[in-house]
Amino acid sequence: MSNEVCFRLNDKDQSWSLKTYVANGGYEVWKKILRDKTAADDIISQIKASALRGRGGAGFPTGLKWSFMPRTAPGQKYIVCNSDEGEPGTCKDRDIMRFNPHQLVEGMAIAGYTLGATVGYNYIRGEFWEPYERMEAAIEDARKAGLLGKNVLGSGVDFDMHNHLGGGAYICGEETALLESIEGKKGQPRFKPPFPASYGLFGRPTTINNTETLASIPEILRHGGKWFLELGKPNNGGTKLFSVSGHVNKPGNYEVAMGMPFAELLQMAGGVRTGHKLKAVIPGGSSTPVLPANIIMDCTMDYDSLAKAGSMLGAGSVIIMDDSTCMVRALARLSHFYYEESCGQCTPCREGTGWLARVVHRVEHGQGRPEDLQLLEDVAKKIEGRTICGLGDAAAMPVASFVKHFRDEFQYHIEHKKCLVGGAH
Amino acid sequence: MLVTIEIDGKKVQARSGAMVIEAADELGIRIPRFCYHKKLSIAANCRMCLVEVEKAAKPLPACATPVTEGMRIFTKSRKALDAQKAVMEFLLINHPLDCPICDQGGECELQDVAMGYGRDVSRFAEKKRVVKDKNLGPLISTDMTRCIHCTRCVRFGEEIAGLRELGATGRGEHMEIGTYIEKAVQHELSGNVIDLCPVGALTNKPFRFSARAWEMRQFPTIAAHDCVGSNLNAHIGKNKVLRMVPRDNELVNETWISDRDRFGFEGVNSDDRLRVPMIKQNGQWKETDWTSALDFVATGLGKIASTSGVSEIGALCSPSSTVEEMYLLQRFIRGLGSGHVDHRLRQTDFSDQDAAPLYPSLGQSIEHLETVDAALVIGADIRRQQPLLAHRLRMAALDGANVMFLGSVGSTYQFPVAANVVVDPRCLTNELAGVAKALLKQASVNPPAGFAESAKAVQVSADHEAIAKALKGARNATVLLGTDAIHHPDLSTLRSLASLIAQLTDAKLGYMTEGANAAGAWLAGMVPHRGPSGSKGAPAGSPISEMLRQALKAYVLLGVEPDKDCGDVRAAMKAMRDANFVVALTAYQSPSLEQVAHVMLPVAPFTETSGTFVNAEGRWQSFAGAVAPQGDARPAWKVLRVLGNVMHIDGFEFMSSEEVRDELRTRVGNAHPDNKTRWHPPRPFVSVPQGFTRVTLVAPHSVDAIVRRSDALQQTTDAPTFAALVSDETARELSVREGQMVAMAQGGNEITMPVRLDARVPRGCVLVYAGQPGAEHLDPSATLTVRGI
Repeated sequence: MSNEVCFRLNDKDQSWSLKTYVANGGYEVWKKILRDKTAADDIISQIKASALRGRGGAGFPTGLKWSFMPRTAPGQKYIVCNSDEGEPGTCKDRDIMRFNPHQLVEGMAIAGYTLGATVGYNYIRGEFWEPYERMEAAIEDARKAGLLGKNVLGSGVDFDMHNHLGGGAYICGEETALLESIEGKKGQPRFKPPFPASYGLFGRPTTINNTETLASIPEILRHGGKWFLELGKPNNGGTKLFSVSGHVNKPGNYEVAMGMPFAELLQMAGGVRTGHKLKAVIPGGSSTPVLPANIIMDCTMDYDSLAKAGSMLGAGSVIIMDDSTCMVRALARLSHFYYEESCGQCTPCREGTGWLARVVHRVEHGQGRPEDLQLLEDVAKKIEGRTICGLGDAAAMPVASFVKHFRDEFQYHIEHKKCLVGGAH
Repeated sequence: MLVTIEIDGKKVQARSGAMVIEAADELGIRIPRFCYHKKLSIAANCRMCLVEVEKAAKPLPACATPVTEGMRIFTKSRKALDAQKAVMEFLLINHPLDCPICDQGGECELQDVAMGYGRDVSRFAEKKRVVKDKNLGPLISTDMTRCIHCTRCVRFGEEIAGLRELGATGRGEHMEIGTYIEKAVQHELSGNVIDLCPVGALTNKPFRFSARAWEMRQFPTIAAHDCVGSNLNAHIGKNKVLRMVPRDNELVNETWISDRDRFGFEGVNSDDRLRVPMIKQNGQWKETDWTSALDFVATGLGKIASTSGVSEIGALCSPSSTVEEMYLLQRFIRGLGSGHVDHRLRQTDFSDQDAAPLYPSLGQSIEHLETVDAALVIGADIRRQQPLLAHRLRMAALDGANVMFLGSVGSTYQFPVAANVVVDPRCLTNELAGVAKALLKQASVNPPAGFAESAKAVQVSADHEAIAKALKGARNATVLLGTDAIHHPDLSTLRSLASLIAQLTDAKLGYMTEGANAAGAWLAGMVPHRGPSGSKGAPAGSPISEMLRQALKAYVLLGVEPDKDCGDVRAAMKAMRDANFVVALTAYQSPSLEQVAHVMLPVAPFTETSGTFVNAEGRWQSFAGAVAPQGDARPAWKVLRVLGNVMHIDGFEFMSSEEVRDELRTRVGNAHPDNKTRWHPPRPFVSVPQGFTRVTLVAPHSVDAIVRRSDALQQTTDAPTFAALVSDETARELSVREGQMVAMAQGGNEITMPVRLDARVPRGCVLVYAGQPGAEHLDPSATLTVRGI
C-alpha cells in the first residue's frame, strides 16, 4: 500500500495537468461542497475523524486547528499554505507541487470555504522554481475552469489563491515569520499570543497548514475521515510522505501508511548503502533528535512511536547514516546550518546557535577541551524553551541527542584530536 | 476591569490586559529587561524578563504576558533565575567586556543587570563578534559591536518619530542595526535613541568621553528653545554643563526631548561668551568692573532721559528670557517713565494687539493635542519649530484625526495629513478666508462686518471645503496659529479669520509661539501696550516696529543679537547704529553688539540663572541655575535689580528670583487667556499675487543665540543654507538651474545667491533663511524681482 493520497497520480501521464486531475476525480469534492453548501462543521468533523495531524512537523491535529478559526467573524480571513519546506532532509512538498498541484489547490479551496477565508496564499520556498511554475499554471487553469475566483461555479462562494515565492530563509518556514514575509517585512517570527487564528496575515484571522496536510483534504472528504484514519493507525491517521535521504540505495519520497515499521521503509528505499551497516537515523528532519540504529529499528514510523523513542516524526525527513559517518562532523554540519539560519531576533538563539556551532566545530577539528561536552549540553539546555519560536529548540535538540547517543565519539575527538570513524580530520 | 494576581507571593490587583512587567513595576518588583520600554511596542526579543508562571511549561517573558485572573508569577524562583542568568550569559558572550573604555560605562543597563545576573568568569572561549561602526551624523556616535539588538532604536523610529531611519539588516549573528545606506539620521527627535539604547552602542557624539556618569551632578532644568518647555536634567561636571537629558513629565515632554533641546545648550560653553563687563570708549572696547559698568549705564540713560526725554528709551528682549528678567526689565523701563518695551522681535503686524488675549496660549493642554480629531495648523513648520507638539499631533493623526496644514512652507510629515495647502504668504489670508466662507455657507450664519465685501472674490476650493468639513465634523477640533503666522505681515487678519473659523466649528484656538517664554513675556508686561498680568495704566509705548522706525536715542537689549533675532534686521541695525546709547545685557560678545552697543553687560544664560518659563499651555516652570555663571557674568535679574537701585527706581528690593516670580504670580492669580479675539475687519485678500514673494524661515537651529552656537546642531542638515530656495517649477519659469546665481531685488537693493531646488517652497516664491548675509535687504513676505545671472 503506497501512494494513495498525495502521490496518487504520480504514475499518470502529465499528472500535474488539470485534465489528468479531473479524470481521476479531481475537484469533485469541491464541486459537491459548492453544490450542497456542506456545513463547515461537517467538514471539520470529518477531518477530526481522520486523525489528520499537521504534516509540517509539529503534528498538531488539523481538525482542532480549524476549529480555532473564528470562521463566522466579519471581515477578511485567510488560509495560508506553508510550502517553504526548508528543513534539511525534506523534499516531499516539492513533489506534491510538481506532480499533484491541483490537489493542493482543491485542498486550499475547501479549507478557505470551511474557514470563511476567501483568499489563500501558498508560500513556496525560494529555490522551488519548477514547483512554483507548476503551481502558477495549476491556479491559472483552475481559474479558467471557473473553479477559483468570484462566485465559483455560480455557488455564491468566492475563493482565490496566490503563490508567493520566498527569498530563501529557513526561518520563513516558521508560520508567523512566513506571514511577516508575505506582508513584505523581514522574516522574523512574531511573539505569540496573539495566535494567527486571531491576529494573522495583515492582522486578520488566518489558518496556516502544511502543503501535505492541505493536499490530503480532498481525498479525506471524498472517502471519509474513517477511510483515512484506517490507512494508518489510531491517533496517527492516514498515509505519510517520507523523504528518505542519506546512505540508502534508493533515496526518494515514499508515501506509505502511517505506522509502517522503520525497517520496511528502509527496505523500500533500497536498504543501507551496500557494504555498510546502519549507524543512526534522524527520523523527522534535521531538528529532530537523532536515534541510534538499535533504537530506530524497533520503531514504527508514526508520531507516537517516535515520540516514545525520544525523537519526533517531524516532517518525515528520514536521514540515514551508515557506519562511515562521523557523528561529530554530522553535528558540526547541522549546527552550522542553524547558526546561519537563526533570524537574530531573540537573544538565546542569536547568540547560542553561534556558540554551539563554534564549539562543535572546534571539537571536530581536534581543538576540543574536556569541558566542551558539558558546555554543549548546558548551552543547548539554555536555549531550549526560552526563544520566541521553535528555531532555538531545533538548534538545541540535535546537539543534546548527538552528544547523548554518541558521547564516545565526541570524547574520542577531544582526547585524540582525531576521528574515531574515518581517521584524522 | 481588574484581576487579582500574585507576584512573588504578593497579591495585587492589576488591570486586565496589562503585562506582567507593568504589574510588577507598579508593585516595585524589578524584573530585569532590555528591549521593553513603556513608550514602545512590545518586542519580547531580549528574553531577559523571563519569569516563571504557574502552569506554564516554559518561562514566559513578563513584558509580553498579559495578566489573567488568579495568575501566580515567580520572578525569582529557580526556574526564573535560571532563565534570566542564561539570557545574561548569552548577551555577554559577544559583548565587549571593556566597560572602562565604553562611554556608557557607569550608566549602562547591561552593566547594571550583569551585576545581578552575570557570572564572574566567561565560559565563552571563541572569538567575539565585531561590527563595523556606522556614521549616523553629527549627533549620535556608534559602537555597533556593543549592540545587543534590543531594537528599541528601531521601534522608536517606527513608532515615535514616524521615520524609519534605523533598521536591522542581516540575520542571526550577522544582524546589524544601521541605516542600510550610509546616511545621517535627520529626524528632529532622533537624539532620543541615545537614551533608549541600553548599552554603549548609540551615544551622544558631542558629549562622548567628556565625563563619567558618577563624576557629574544632575540638576533639573527647563528647555529654553521652544514654547513646549521640555523638562530636562542638566549634567554638570567641573562647573560646566556637559549634556542635557530628558526628565520625565507625561504632561509636557513625556520621556522625549527634541534634538535642539538636547544639543542646543552647547552654545552656553561657546568661546565667545562675554565674561566681563565692557564699555566702548572712543570706539574701543575696554574691560571694566561691574560697578563702573553699571554707573556708566545709569549715567548714560540718565543723560538721555534728561536731555531728550524718557520716551527716547526703549527695551527689547529675547522671547526666551525668563519671567523674572522680563518683569524687572519692563519695570525698569517703565520706572524710568517709558513704555517702549517689547519681546516680539520678529512680529510685524501689531494693528490688533489691543484685542490680543492675556497671552498667546495653546488654548488647551499639550497632552490634549493627542486627543483632537481635527486640527488646522496655520503658518507653522511645526516639526522643526515645536517638535514635541508635532509628535502629539502625530499621535492624534495615527488615531484617525484629520490634521491639516495651511502655510507657506510645505513640510513633510510622518503621519497621514488630511490637507497640506502651501501657498504664497500673500495668499495665506485668502486661503483662510476660503475656509471661513465655506463654513459660513454651510452654517447659514451671517458673516461678520466687512467679511462679505472683502471675500467677494474669494473662491472656495475643494481644499477649503474639505478643511471646513473636517473641522465642522469633529467633536474635538483645534485651530492653531504657528510661529510663521505670528510673524506674518497680516497677522491681524489671520487671527480674525482663525478665530472666526474656531468659533464656527467649536474648535479651540491656540498659538504656538516663538521662544521659550512668549507667554511669560505677555504676563510679565514685556509688551508696550499692557503692564504685568495684562494691566492697564502703565505708561504705554510703541511696539518694536515703531520703536525702530522712530529711531530712539537709547535702547536696552536683553539677550538680543539685533542682526539675527529681529524680523527687520535692516531697521534694527540702523536704529541701533543711530542711537546715542545702546546697553546690551548679553551672554555673548556678538559682532553685531560690538558694532552698535556702548556697553555690554555679561549675563547668564538659562543654565546659569534661576528663573521661570511659562510654556504655551500656561505652565509655570521654574528652575535653578545648574552651574555658576561663567567669568563675571551675573544672572540678568540681579543685574536689573541693581540697575533699578542704582537709578533709584522703586520696587527693586527683591532678594531672590523667587520673590520676583511670586510677586508676578500673585498679580496674575488664576487669570486665564481667552484666545477668542474681537473681529477685526480684514484687509483685502490677494488671490493672484504679482511678482515673486520672499518666504522667510527661521531655521530651527537659528532661533536663539544659544542654539546658533551649538556646533553639533550647525552640522546637521537642518542648518540654514546660504541659497535662494525655489521649487522646480519656479526654477523652470526663471530658466535657472541648481547652483546658478540669481539676483533678487527689492526697493533698490539687490542681492545675489545661488539657487537651490527645494520642493517645500510654493510656486512663485523664493525662500531665503533669516539671518543669511544680505537677507536683511529683502523684506519678509514681500514682493521682489528675481532674475537669473
